[in-house]
Amino acid sequence: MSEFLISITPIDWLLDPLTHDFMRRALMVSALVGGVCGLLSCYMTLKGWALMGDAVSHAVMPGVVVAYALGLPFSLGAFVFGVGSVALIGFVKQKSRIKEDTVIGLVFTGFFALGLVLVSKIKSNIDLMQILFGSPLGISRSDVNQTLIISFIVISILLIFRKDLMLYCFDAKHARSIGINTGILHYLLLTLLSLSAVVGLQTVGIILVVAMLITPGATAYLLTDRFDQMTLLAVFSSSFSSILGVYISYWSDIETGGSIVLVQTLIFLIAFLFAPRYGIFKNQTFINNN
Amino acid sequence: MNPIFKNHEKDFMRIEADQVCVDYNGTVALYDASLNLKAGSICGLVGMNGAGKSTFFKALMGFVRPSRGKIRINGLKVNQAQKEQSVAYVPQNEGIDYSFPVSVWDVVMMGRYGAMNIFRIPRESDRRAVVHALERVDLLDLRERPIGSLSGGQRKRAFLARAIAQRASVLLLDEPFSGVDVPTEKLMAELFLQFRQEGHTILISTHDLNHVRDFCDFVVLINKTVLAYGETSEVFTSENLNKTFGGIPPNPLSGPTSSKDFINE
Repeated sequence: MSEFLISITPIDWLLDPLTHDFMRRALMVSALVGGVCGLLSCYMTLKGWALMGDAVSHAVMPGVVVAYALGLPFSLGAFVFGVGSVALIGFVKQKSRIKEDTVIGLVFTGFFALGLVLVSKIKSNIDLMQILFGSPLGISRSDVNQTLIISFIVISILLIFRKDLMLYCFDAKHARSIGINTGILHYLLLTLLSLSAVVGLQTVGIILVVAMLITPGATAYLLTDRFDQMTLLAVFSSSFSSILGVYISYWSDIETGGSIVLVQTLIFLIAFLFAPRYGIFKNQTFINNN
Repeated sequence: MNPIFKNHEKDFMRIEADQVCVDYNGTVALYDASLNLKAGSICGLVGMNGAGKSTFFKALMGFVRPSRGKIRINGLKVNQAQKEQSVAYVPQNEGIDYSFPVSVWDVVMMGRYGAMNIFRIPRESDRRAVVHALERVDLLDLRERPIGSLSGGQRKRAFLARAIAQRASVLLLDEPFSGVDVPTEKLMAELFLQFRQEGHTILISTHDLNHVRDFCDFVVLINKTVLAYGETSEVFTSENLNKTFGGIPPNPLSGPTSSKDFINE
């Protein structure tokens, strides 16, 4: 395999996978999903919702299983359970003395376990590994359509409510005091989180989807002090990671979800070390001149 | 210079609270709190931590719903007044995430969001309002800087500029003097007097009695209810202050050593 890798030119490395229908589909879906999750990840990291992202992405599991079993679009089931888990977290937290992070951990593992049990009990053609680890290389046409529709919805809402959501993350009190309904924004953001988790699990699976929802935002956050730049950097690095991850996965025959998330983590590490202003080895002259 | 107020705002009390009660899950935080503030006044809201100061503030901003009583701002219910952009809130410095990637300009522009359409795209008038607000707090030169790179006093001024840009008739300030440098304090004092002349009403929540005496025409002493309310010179008696602070000398570090000293000064 490695001899083969050396013997091909970079152009071949890029173009050869594109001759396969499944690879073109995988690259397109992964790039799109990367962009969607990357955009949302800015709000997740700024709002401090990493754990919430983890919770929602795991909690959609039973929803996916039930939807498959009933022949419904799996995004619908995932959406219901994603939002349901959030509502349940809020309810348990309000009605008990247990701290929020404990409640989150408790609820999402409960949902996830329910999902696992349902998969083993409901007779269907659901592939557990596909849900857990994703399989962009084996994505079906109907799943592509669903991904396209959900991505379009999420991106549109994020673009329309960009400023309101940014204000909500930055200073919710001010948002309320100028008459903005922050309750709606809260649930809107959670809804977008559920939808993004659904498209994200297509490419990297339920277990790793939280990486898609926080890593690009965290990377971009180290690189800029401007919100608009942060969103662009997050979308770009996330899409790039997805594409590169799929390529690497194709050529070296490694698991695709892991490959995508590893590339993301690597990019984060580079930013963590060398970001001009906030990296470990920050550039002193850059800071002094600004 | 008073072009900013809408017509109906002239005819009403700026802030009108009538027998307001707030309780959290059965625990009474505030009872029978009444208050009337007319246009063009500066009022200090004074009380110990946990005395219901911030609860009263939250009720005025509609963040908690009173279990009894009513609140009107410019004659409107709180949420309607907020939709009219009549209430501006200046938060405590501690309540803000200063590593958030926004510039000073962005923060002040947030004061204009309520007046914009759903996409929040600034018009020329919004930009002018932001420039004007930044000039008034002397931050125009720093408008491109990230909010986190400012000093404590500059941060406070940035949020004050946001309130100015909003062009609200009622300003609610939460501990505005904490962590603020002397130039900022002087600038804030001048601004408050200008605001009063322009017909704004300012309500300042604070535990710093010196500032209340320096700036405020009126004062509200709070301990679970409004203990005393009126012109500062009349309300600031040692008896009232003792009731407010339960005999404990207020603010031993920066304020007078006891309420008695304070009155004799």
